[in-house]
Amino acid sequence: MSVCTIATSETIRTNDSPTPLVSLRGITKRFPAVVANDHVNLDIFGGEVHAILGENGSGKSTLMKVLYGYYRADEGEVLFEGKPVLLESPLDARQLRIGMVFQNFTLVPAFTVAENVALFLPKLKIRLNLKTIASKIREVSEKYGLNIDPKAYVWQLSMGEQQKIELIKLLLAEARVLIFDEPTRVLAPHEIENLMQVFGQLKAHNYAVLFITHKLREAFASADRLSVMRRGALVGTLMRDEANEPRVISMMFGTEPPAIQRDGSKVDEEATPVLELVSVTTSGAAGELHLKDVSLVVRPHEIVGIAGVSGSGQKEIGDVILGLLPHKGVKRFTTHEASRWPIGRLRQHGLSVIPENPLWMGVVGSMTVTENMALADRARYAGRGGLSMNWTAVQQDTAKYQERSRIPMPNPAVAAETLSGGNLQRLVLIRELGQHHKLVVAFYPTQALDLPTAVAARQLLVQARDEGAGVLLISEDLDELFTLSDTILVLCGGRIAGRFRAEETTRDTVGHLMTGSVG
Amino acid sequence: MSTSFFEGVLSSAALSGTSILYATVGEVIGERSGIVNLGLEGVMLVGAVIGFVVTAETGNPYVGVLAAALAGATFNMIFAYLVVTRRGNQLASGLALMFFALGLTAIIGKSYVGKPIGGLKDTPIPGLANLPQIGHALFEKDLLVYSVIPVAIAAWLLLYRTSWGLRMRAVGEDKTVAFAAGLKPHRLQYQALFVAGLLGGIGGGHLSIAYTKTWQEGMTAGAGFIAVGLVIFAAWSPIRAILGAVLFGGAVAVQLQLQARGSNVSPFLLDMIPYVVVLVVLMLFGRVKGRVVPAGLKNVFEGTG
Amino acid sequence: MSSVVTLSKPFYSRFSRHRDTLLAAGAPIVIALVGFAIVLEAYGKSPIATYRDVLQGTFGSVRGFTEVLVIMIPLMFCALAVAIPARIGMLNVGAEGQLYIGAIFAAYVPLNWPGLRLQFMLPLMTLAGFLGGGLWAGLSGYLRAKGLLSEVLSTLLLNSVAGFGLQYLVFGVWHDPNSSNFPQSKPYPEAAVLPHIGSGRLHIGFMLALAGVALFWFVLQKTRWGYEMRAIGGNPEAARRSGIPISWYIVLLFVIGGGIAGIGGMAETSAIQGRLRPGFSSSYGYIGFLISWMSAHNPVLIVVMSFLLAVITSGRDVLQITQNLPGAAVNILMALILFVVLARRGRKPEET
Repeated sequence: MSVCTIATSETIRTNDSPTPLVSLRGITKRFPAVVANDHVNLDIFGGEVHAILGENGSGKSTLMKVLYGYYRADEGEVLFEGKPVLLESPLDARQLRIGMVFQNFTLVPAFTVAENVALFLPKLKIRLNLKTIASKIREVSEKYGLNIDPKAYVWQLSMGEQQKIELIKLLLAEARVLIFDEPTRVLAPHEIENLMQVFGQLKAHNYAVLFITHKLREAFASADRLSVMRRGALVGTLMRDEANEPRVISMMFGTEPPAIQRDGSKVDEEATPVLELVSVTTSGAAGELHLKDVSLVVRPHEIVGIAGVSGSGQKEIGDVILGLLPHKGVKRFTTHEASRWPIGRLRQHGLSVIPENPLWMGVVGSMTVTENMALADRARYAGRGGLSMNWTAVQQDTAKYQERSRIPMPNPAVAAETLSGGNLQRLVLIRELGQHHKLVVAFYPTQALDLPTAVAARQLLVQARDEGAGVLLISEDLDELFTLSDTILVLCGGRIAGRFRAEETTRDTVGHLMTGSVG
Repeated sequence: MSTSFFEGVLSSAALSGTSILYATVGEVIGERSGIVNLGLEGVMLVGAVIGFVVTAETGNPYVGVLAAALAGATFNMIFAYLVVTRRGNQLASGLALMFFALGLTAIIGKSYVGKPIGGLKDTPIPGLANLPQIGHALFEKDLLVYSVIPVAIAAWLLLYRTSWGLRMRAVGEDKTVAFAAGLKPHRLQYQALFVAGLLGGIGGGHLSIAYTKTWQEGMTAGAGFIAVGLVIFAAWSPIRAILGAVLFGGAVAVQLQLQARGSNVSPFLLDMIPYVVVLVVLMLFGRVKGRVVPAGLKNVFEGTG
Repeated sequence: MSSVVTLSKPFYSRFSRHRDTLLAAGAPIVIALVGFAIVLEAYGKSPIATYRDVLQGTFGSVRGFTEVLVIMIPLMFCALAVAIPARIGMLNVGAEGQLYIGAIFAAYVPLNWPGLRLQFMLPLMTLAGFLGGGLWAGLSGYLRAKGLLSEVLSTLLLNSVAGFGLQYLVFGVWHDPNSSNFPQSKPYPEAAVLPHIGSGRLHIGFMLALAGVALFWFVLQKTRWGYEMRAIGGNPEAARRSGIPISWYIVLLFVIGGGIAGIGGMAETSAIQGRLRPGFSSSYGYIGFLISWMSAHNPVLIVVMSFLLAVITSGRDVLQITQNLPGAAVNILMALILFVVLARRGRKPEET
């Protein structure tokens, strides 16, 4: 029997031991459902690149937002150059010369770089002198190797270049502590390298650079100091020369929980796959690739789980399967070539979807629960060529599905928008898993659910598999994935980084692959 | 002396184009801040009637123009309150504003219908007024005609060379970014609508005080809607608006002159042309992912604003 | 142990939603009447006398009342034209133009085949009217469905084009030689005039409009297509992911809405004008937009609001005759109602 051990804070100072520029002491931040930060101690030094590592939900983003003044900590204090300071808003943080480059850029695409920077300059004269601003931009750009043309329009620039504009804004506002929230998520490989070089330049000019990431490779490539967070607590801080991958991975993911009993799978290797993706590649609006050469297979009687940090391409895979995203490559649904099938047709042929965000994607809020039950399969309930809707049949079917699924049903007569997140998810589960389908695609199906319902939902997925469906399960919960899946695929940066039978791999390996390091 | 056809067209164009251009430039500013005012017609009417009444009562057309501007701006504040503070639907609010003005100005102007005023006199520019062909048409006009192009240029400078303009355009592109930059979007939108009201009021005032020197119910006859269309045609630029107003004024003028000369060419087909052109232009711009349209307006045009 | 499902709102009822909207529409009317009374006072007219005269003029006599109903007809047609696409979130500001084009298409029939008998003439005219309005609106719908152009812009612009088109025809090829300089077409033969009800100007267009409203209600509440429309209107993303063909609906509903406005145009020119004249619409398209919008695009409320606005509009003459005020003044009352509705409908004021 093993117990997950969490190391106590091991903050190791550098040899010089200067005073940290910023110190977080005992920072605790609670939200209604979770303790996002649990007595976290962190030191930030000038002239250093400091990586904050952790899985989704580890609390790293929250911690940075506390530092940036976006959130106010419930307990603990922030020290600036040794003295406690009050951080109540981003304005305070800015005055302390703390700046943050967010994942969502605050840029106006229709403006030039210079205009965007001007917008954020603290002191702006009435007469707008874009030339002076432009020359300041060029100066900074050269100094740190940013390569940005002030006259360019933002909509013409790549994500990497746009990110640099955000950095320029901070530099021109004379920030000293620069926080980057998952900066490489939207960058192409060469842009990532470039960014690492920029970090180097900033460090050389004595800036304190913090960046949040889950990608080990980048952290190891550029950071001097690595701090790992897990489930809201700071597991430890290591200097670069003390850090190695296995150690960091175990800090991020914890040790292996006991193996969970699983039924032997009944997958028939020879059967025609329900779903097949062959070399699927998708690109976004600005040409950046989202999915790169993704191939996967889901067979009847099989649950395929996709593990991956959020934003690795799960949404795109879902959109491709649903026929909402044009793609290169081939998609097959049972025996049909379905690359261009609209979603209606896919559903007719037996596709069922449990969407990521039910209120937004799966349910019409203004309609009642009963009306929503008919949404996925309207033809079934339409009578007299469309002139009437057979609500009685809907109610009967609903009752049947509910019995089968053993999931409590929300009140059928209320408007869906009044339901809690959990109830919405139940609605969707009952609707989508109530009948037999050929392919079930489930996105984070248990995220809003309490334990009993989550167990029931997982049971439904297993049931669907046993009845012959192929199930594609996308989840962030490694425990869930390992419990349910017959096959596990790891998605990282838009590629399939690993493909295993569930019993042949470990969470460790999967964790490695999710975070971009080679196991 | 009889005027040639060309001179006649030029003269009419300058007059009708001026009113429309003021209103269009004002609307450009308003839309650049993210607000579409379908009630511009109403703003112009208010300017027209108040300008006329004040001119009639004081005998001073300059005071009248000033009054027209202020009246337009004040009236537009009603619109601003509905749309900015109360977050009301922009299109419906604009139409409501127009109806309101139709009724209000009818009442206000009732006792002034048919009353003649001296109005804004033509002030010839020495030298230029004597040029053959264009002299009389273009350079023997009132002050508002002379000022309209400089005003359009000033509006461009305001939008693109001042920090106020930059901030205002930022609001019209993306309010969240504007908030993030520490701006106060609502305040800026009020200011933009005030300026737009001033200009719209002048546009209407020009019609009653200078062009026709009369007042009639609903005398703007759709000029406000035309101006809204011209803003789109001008791709939200005050400078291009000049071109639009010129073309439009020209089309109207040609039609008037043709009618006066008993011509057979249907003026209505000509009238259609600007609208069809705008339609086609918009469709083409739409494909280019509309960098030209202030991003904040997308909500209005897609029914979520 | 099963979890208890808690309800956060009382039992959801469609009827109570009707009631809420009705109340929400009633308060603004009262406020607007008060506001208008102030305006009247300011001009030295007695509000009470005015309102009394209007009520007498409209409800006091059969003729007055039928006039209200007459005005209701084009308002209902236009409101329907707006409501139908509005159910899936589309804004049709072009009922005015669709009205005109419908009238034009409908006019083609009697002007080219004056000898047709009534049983053929009227249905053909109706079809032609539907076709005209439908095509005109369909163009906007198509452009919107393809993501090329916002329907707000295209319908608005096409309004003007339609108006000019009408003027072109009545000044030009369809001009009645016997009317000297008056811009109008030849008068329609009797077979082309919609039959009237009773002795006044009320015509069977009224029944047509009501039938349209009833049909709209039926389709929306009872049929599969209405269900799909409501889904799109409620949550287009969820509807899309359920396989509902949104683009198809956009075009279809614009065609139907525009077609209905077109029939309205046919009815107006046929029964009221008896010929094709420019400007036969007193902003019916825009008032229809506002009616539908105020009614939350709800069929029952559309009838109510159309009636109300028809009463206000017919008060125009009363104002002129008895109070010596310009008829246009009624627009103030209408605008005041709208202002209150707009101010309340909008979301809560943010901190600036």
